[in-house]
Amino acid sequence: MLKNNIIKSVLFALVALVYTNSLNAETSHKADVNHEENHEATSKDEKYDPIPVIMHHIADAHDWHLFDYNGHSYSMPLPIILWTDNGLVTFMSSAFHHDDAGHHLVEKNGMSFVKVHGKIYQLEAGAIEASFDEAHHITNGVRPIDLSITKNVFSMLMSVLIILFIFIKTASHYTKNGAVAPKGIASWMEPLILFVRDDIAKVNIGEKKYAKFMPYLLTIFFFIWFNNLLGLIPWIGGANLTGNIAVTLVLAVFTLLVTNLNGNKAYWGHIFWMPGAPIPVKIMLMPIELVGVLTKPFALMVRLFANITAGHIIVLSLISLIFIFKNAGMGAVSVPFALFISVLELLVAFLQAYVFTMLSALFIGTAVADHH
Amino acid sequence: MDNPLVTPELGLIVWTTIVFCILFFLLAKFAWKPILKAVKEREVSIEDALASAEKATRKMEELQANNEVLLNEARVERDAMLKEAREVKDKIIAEAKVTANAEGDKIIAAAKETINHEKLAAITELKNQVATLSIEIAEKILKDELSSADKQKAMIDNVVKDINLN
Repeated sequence: MLKNNIIKSVLFALVALVYTNSLNAETSHKADVNHEENHEATSKDEKYDPIPVIMHHIADAHDWHLFDYNGHSYSMPLPIILWTDNGLVTFMSSAFHHDDAGHHLVEKNGMSFVKVHGKIYQLEAGAIEASFDEAHHITNGVRPIDLSITKNVFSMLMSVLIILFIFIKTASHYTKNGAVAPKGIASWMEPLILFVRDDIAKVNIGEKKYAKFMPYLLTIFFFIWFNNLLGLIPWIGGANLTGNIAVTLVLAVFTLLVTNLNGNKAYWGHIFWMPGAPIPVKIMLMPIELVGVLTKPFALMVRLFANITAGHIIVLSLISLIFIFKNAGMGAVSVPFALFISVLELLVAFLQAYVFTMLSALFIGTAVADHH
Repeated sequence: MDNPLVTPELGLIVWTTIVFCILFFLLAKFAWKPILKAVKEREVSIEDALASAEKATRKMEELQANNEVLLNEARVERDAMLKEAREVKDKIIAEAKVTANAEGDKIIAAAKETINHEKLAAITELKNQVATLSIEIAEKILKDELSSADKQKAMIDNVVKDINLN
């Protein structure tokens, strides 16, 4: 048992080492870029700043960075899709040659594009290079509508394929064998589906009306959970999809729509004309309740975003300690801590999917509940 | 500068909306519908099976109770039959005894009568034989007595002597 544990921890330390190395390489690459920008002499004793690394990791990107080797960046190029004033422009992200500081111009359809901090700018006609103001804002470019398959979109597509594969396979077990006991992958997924049905939908929406909302609740639960888990895997997952405010915004808006499109008379009655309250209070409550309609999904959006992003930041911060102290010995402290947080994040991945689904069900439940 | 962390990107919003909608419709049609239907069916069939099992148990109990009643009835009937049989037996035996006694008495009476008859017949015969014998004896004696004239005379004398002419 003990021997087994030792082997496991050694393996984990190795994996962590490889992981941190790749981070390190990424940092040095970033640092180089920063130096180029500032035209400063590089100094070996420069303090390591973990913030850009962490921010870079949790932000979206136009390519999937894999690792650096001998000063070269290796990443998987992803398609860039831009809607400009002159129409659709598409090319691969490799056209930027890993440039993220606006130095490398990509010429397409008579327009030139640069990438700065993960965002693509279309330079004004005739501009031969990007110019920046004091705050490092680009001054001679505008952002076209960027519909690129970014790292997050790519990761989302992967998760969708995985989810579809798993659940269509689960469904085929039942279509093939009829209403029998689950087996294989179905026996893994059925308890979770029943959990969503019995402990989330039935409890919050009620026995009579829950069935209509089951597809939405199941989809949102597994979408969030699978993407939370994928985000925890370095390299192959690692995209911070559910920790991206745009994604959580969309999910929260869906809950907002599902809740309010299904709201019954009693629900709207409670918002606009609170029954049982004196008239001045009714008038006072109306704007508060109206704001409440929006704050509920807003809280959903922020909760998921903040929890998942925080998890990523903590793990990266712990690993960064090794580079801040410039001491591999720190790994003895960082690695177990990062392991602990990673395991905790596994729990958080499930918990946040549960909380988002549960609160969605609760909001839907209040919107469709019968009042006497 | 606005923080990129909390600034939603339009591209990702668009893609998430599209992808989530597609995922929702595909899963709803090809996964959730068959899965939930099968699970529901299974639950219903399990519930039915449990209910019917309970029904069967109750029926069994009922049957067992019925059996008990039947058994009791049968037992009572058997007892009654046995009692009746015993009574019949006793009656038959009693009757047989009575008949046998009567028959016996009759036979004894008949026997007695026969014996009496036989006795009377025997006595009569004996009497007849005795009479015959007596006659024969008397004949012989007479013959013997009356074989000679002397004797005849003596005889007559004797008889005459006995006869008293009163």
